[in-house]
Parts: sequence; C-alpha cells; structure tokens
Amino acid sequence: MTTITKLPDPPAGGTKKAGTSAPVRNGRGIGDLKMALVFIFPAMIGFVVFFLIPTIRGIYLSFTEYSILGDPTWIGLENYTSIFTDELFWNSMAVTVQYVAINIGFQTVIALGLALLMHRVAKSTFIRGALLLPFLVANVIVALLWFWMLDYQLGIVNEIISWTGLPRIAFFGSEQWAIPTIAAVNVWRHMGYTALLIFAGLQAIPQHVYEVASLDGASPARTFWGITIPLLRPVLVLVLVVTVIGSFQVFDTVAVTTAGGPINASRVIQMYIYQKAFTESDFGYASALSVILFVILALVAFIQMKFLKGNESDLD
Amino acid sequence: MTTTSPSRQDAGQPSARHNADSSIRPVIKPRKPINWGRAGAWALVVIALIVTIAPFLWMLRTALSSNHSLAGNAGNLLPADFSWGAFKRVLGLQSPEEAIAEGGSGAAINFWWYLRNSIIVSTLVTAGQVFFSAMAAYAFSRLRWPGREKVFALFLATMMVPPIFTALPNFLMIKNLGLLNTYAGIILPFLFMTPFAIFFLRQFFMSMSREVEEAAMLDGAKKFRIFFQIVLPNAAAPLATLALLTFIGTWNEYFWPLLVGQEENVRVLTVGLGVFKSQSPQGAPDWSGLMAATLIAALPVLLLFIAFGKKVVNSIGFSGVK
Repeated sequence: MTTITKLPDPPAGGTKKAGTSAPVRNGRGIGDLKMALVFIFPAMIGFVVFFLIPTIRGIYLSFTEYSILGDPTWIGLENYTSIFTDELFWNSMAVTVQYVAINIGFQTVIALGLALLMHRVAKSTFIRGALLLPFLVANVIVALLWFWMLDYQLGIVNEIISWTGLPRIAFFGSEQWAIPTIAAVNVWRHMGYTALLIFAGLQAIPQHVYEVASLDGASPARTFWGITIPLLRPVLVLVLVVTVIGSFQVFDTVAVTTAGGPINASRVIQMYIYQKAFTESDFGYASALSVILFVILALVAFIQMKFLKGNESDLD
Repeated sequence: MTTTSPSRQDAGQPSARHNADSSIRPVIKPRKPINWGRAGAWALVVIALIVTIAPFLWMLRTALSSNHSLAGNAGNLLPADFSWGAFKRVLGLQSPEEAIAEGGSGAAINFWWYLRNSIIVSTLVTAGQVFFSAMAAYAFSRLRWPGREKVFALFLATMMVPPIFTALPNFLMIKNLGLLNTYAGIILPFLFMTPFAIFFLRQFFMSMSREVEEAAMLDGAKKFRIFFQIVLPNAAAPLATLALLTFIGTWNEYFWPLLVGQEENVRVLTVGLGVFKSQSPQGAPDWSGLMAATLIAALPVLLLFIAFGKKVVNSIGFSGVK
C-alpha cells in the first residue's frame, strides 16, 4: 500500500520497479509535494530571505542614492555613469587585476607542480595534509603571521634579506610591493588546496594511458605535455574558474594588513566597495560597484569555460 | 608508475609469485644506485613542506619570546628571552602593569569573550546549516515533486553570486531588524542553508540505494522516520565531513562578523585579532602577544585537523571540482 503514494517516475539513479504498476492515488503531478515542502521549508526561508531578496534588492539599490538614513531615492543610471569616470574605481580595478594575475599565475603553476609531486612521488596523506594546513587557518591569521614575518625592522624575511647584503624591503609599506606581497601571502595560503584539487584530477586519468606512453618510450616531458595536460584540462579550467573568482574577491588580507594603502596601492575592488558602504555610507554607489563586480565575475567564468572548453573532456 | 605497485607484494610473498608478477610487467626498472630525478623531486617536496610549516614554527617561536627582546634577536631561531608572558597577556592573566613592562599595550583584550563568541557562532551555524541543508537535500534527491529540478537550479544559481553582493542588503536588513551586534545577526544568514551544503549532500543522497528505503516503506515507515533513521545514519560520513568544513569556514569568517558584530560582547576571534593588531602602541607593536593570540585562535582548527585531517584531505577534489 505504501508504494502507492510514490510517483511512477524512475528515481534518480535508482531502480524503476517501485510503483510502476501501482495506481497513483494523489495525482501524477503532485507526488511528495507536501512532504517536500516540509523538508525544504527551513532552507527555503534562508534562501529567499538571505539570498534571493538581497540579490534583487542589491540590484535595485544600485539605481538609488541611499545613505542608510532615510529612504533610497531612485536616480536611474547615475551611479553607473559616475563610476565610469571614477578614477578610484579604475584604480581599484587595475589593482585587483594586478593582484589576480600575480596570485593566480604563481598559484596555479606551483599547485600543478605540487600536484604532480603528490601524484608521482610523495603519496602520503600526511604530506597532503601538511600542505593543506595554511588553507585551514583563517585569512586574518595568515595575514597577521606574514605581516609580522615581513615586517621592515624585525621580520625574519627582511633579516634574511639583510644577511645577503641586499637592502630591506618595505613589503606592505611601499606602493610597488604591497600588491605583490599580498598576492604572495595568498599564494602561500592557497597553493596546497589548489594542488589537492588538481591532484584529484590527476587521479582520474586512467593508468593505462601512461603505461601505453611508457611502452612507446615517450619521454617524461612529452608525457606531461602530450597526455597529462590535455587530459587534465577540464579539471584545470574548473580550478581556474573557482580560484580566479575567489581571487577577485580578496578582502581579508588587505583589510588586516594595509587597509588599501599606502595611498591607493592596494585598494582592491572589494575594499573599495566596503569603504564606500561603511565609511562613506554610500550604499547606492557601493551596490552599483558590487553589481559591476558580479557582472565581471560572471563574464570571467563564462569566458574561461568557453575559451578553454572546460566542459569538454579529451578523454574519449 | 608501474614500478611502485609490485613492491607492495614483496614482503612475505613466495618468489614464484614475484617472478610471475615481473614477467607480466617487463617495464620494471632494475634498482639504480641513485635516481637523481626522484631525489630532486623529493627535495622539492621537502622544500614545499618547509615553506608550509616553518611560518607556523615562527609563530610559536615569537609567541614564546619576550616582546622587548625581539628587537635584539630578530634573526635568532630560538625564542628570544623565553617567556610565557605573551600567552598570559592574551588570556588576561597579567595585570596591565606587567603587560606593559613586557611590551604589551596594557589594554584589556577580552580574548575569552572572543573565543566564546567564536565557539557559539561556529557551533550554531554548523548545526543549523548541516541539518537544514540535509533536509533540503533529501527533498531534492529522494522525494518526487513538480518543479524540483527548477527550484534546485535556482538554489545552485545563487552559488554564482559573490558574497559581497548579498552582504550589503543583508546588512541593511539585519540593521532594520535591530539585530546588529547580536548573535542572531551574525548567525542567521548562514543558519538555514548554503547552496554548496545542499549540493554536497544531494550528491550522496542520490547515490544511496533505494532498496533500503523501500524496505522501510513496506514497513509502513513515514518519510520523517526514513529520513532520521535511514538516510541520516547512512550519510554519517559525508555529514561529518560537511560539518567539519562548515565549522572551519565559519570559524575563519571575517567579512560578515566585521559588518554586523563589531561590539565587544559578540565580537568573534577573527574580528578581535584585527582590533588587537590596531591596538598595538605606535612604533612598538606587541608582536609576541599578537602571535600568541593568533596561535590560540588557530588552535581549534589545528586540533580538528589533526583529529579528522584525513577526511578533509580526501573530501577535497570531490567537493571542490565535481
């Protein structure tokens, strides 16, 4: 009797036999709707109240002038037109892109190297765990740790630099070093994690492909460029999409170390949005900035998927 | 790669088996005196490990130093003028005078409060998020209802929205509700679900065998009982993994509590550490104290990792890519 209430549709990934011949009593189109509503209710509240409505409201606010006191006033595209001529905005975009380029460039190459090492040489879970450690520690903690180690006067890194006879470097305090330094700190934090993502992709490459290559006498370099990289490409693209999107939203490290300075040298886009909203109370403008960030991220993801054909595997 | 697999069988295997094995795989290389490529690769592994671990040791070394002595011993690998003072200072076991004498700011840092707040927030968020997401994932995988795939796609789509985008309107809402500087304000946006958590659990629920569930239904069990007595226990491993990831993520969260939890009584550790840094007296920051504080703040995560690290390590890749 109990199977009667089941819809005859085949369950996802399951067997079809349940209920196929049983008469459907409570209507074909409804199924477990009542039950589903109960189960989904808490998540639905969270989704609607904290994801869906804020998304719509964020878009609406971007067309208004709103300084938290009083009500938002509709001003059409004015925020967007002023952003277009806002030098601080263009500066923040340039700074962010510079950060992303350095961060992702080094991180991906190092992580790929680490992943190959994990796959071919160091197979222990312990080593993988140790390399993951920085990623599990809060951004804020990592930022403070490196803020200390890279201190101009007392930091161990500058101490080592001065032993070699080179001049000390104001890592966080100089305009040309601030962004590369923050990018490097986050390379340190994320390289093990990224390596593990790539490692998972490496493990999915069937062993026999390598065996055939080695029987054919292919050199390691040829195996790498001819087999590993093409077969890894879908995973690499996904990893790139995820890490680039994350990288564009860098905030914690900047907030704790330089707060956007010196001058505007490390005012990344999210820092700029934060300052517009919470120090200048310009929520309309800040919302417009985050709409732009949102659009950029969507474009970046789209271009990466399209251009690098991330959704197609070469494994056929 | 083929060279490594037979070595597992070496121990205690009769030689006949061993020979058979090697005749199947003629590619096995004879042992060379030194394989330079392999040695180089191991050297790189060791360098990577040192680069990863050494900063943490430096954190410990600084925390165990006396702050005044750091300046004179910047390059000394051992703690400069060994002292527990920094830990005492952070945990409020030192009087302001003592603290200042050791190079602290003398200002009270209610570290215990921050610790308590971090524990409260992370525990509640983890419990709520995992449980409610599991319920939703069940509805999205094991129940049949019209529009299911569309609603799920909508949930997934919000994964694309950058957190800052929803953070501004969410801040305004929390403010309008009068929940600024309350636990509720910090917790609520993450309490009910994240698209990732639902997605993660749905994968497991979908792969669960239908037979067990059907047997329970013949038994007359209701959906609720099936969920609690069959689905949840069977998914204990992924639930634990998700709980671990959620806890670590919440523990480390900075941006949202920075927006809505500035006041001391609800301030979490990450925000507290930022404040602690800016509190340091000009010119001579309390590095020892700061490193002691960061070390204690990182400790719960490090302990969790030591206990369940394997789970986390093995879950990455699955959750991150697929």
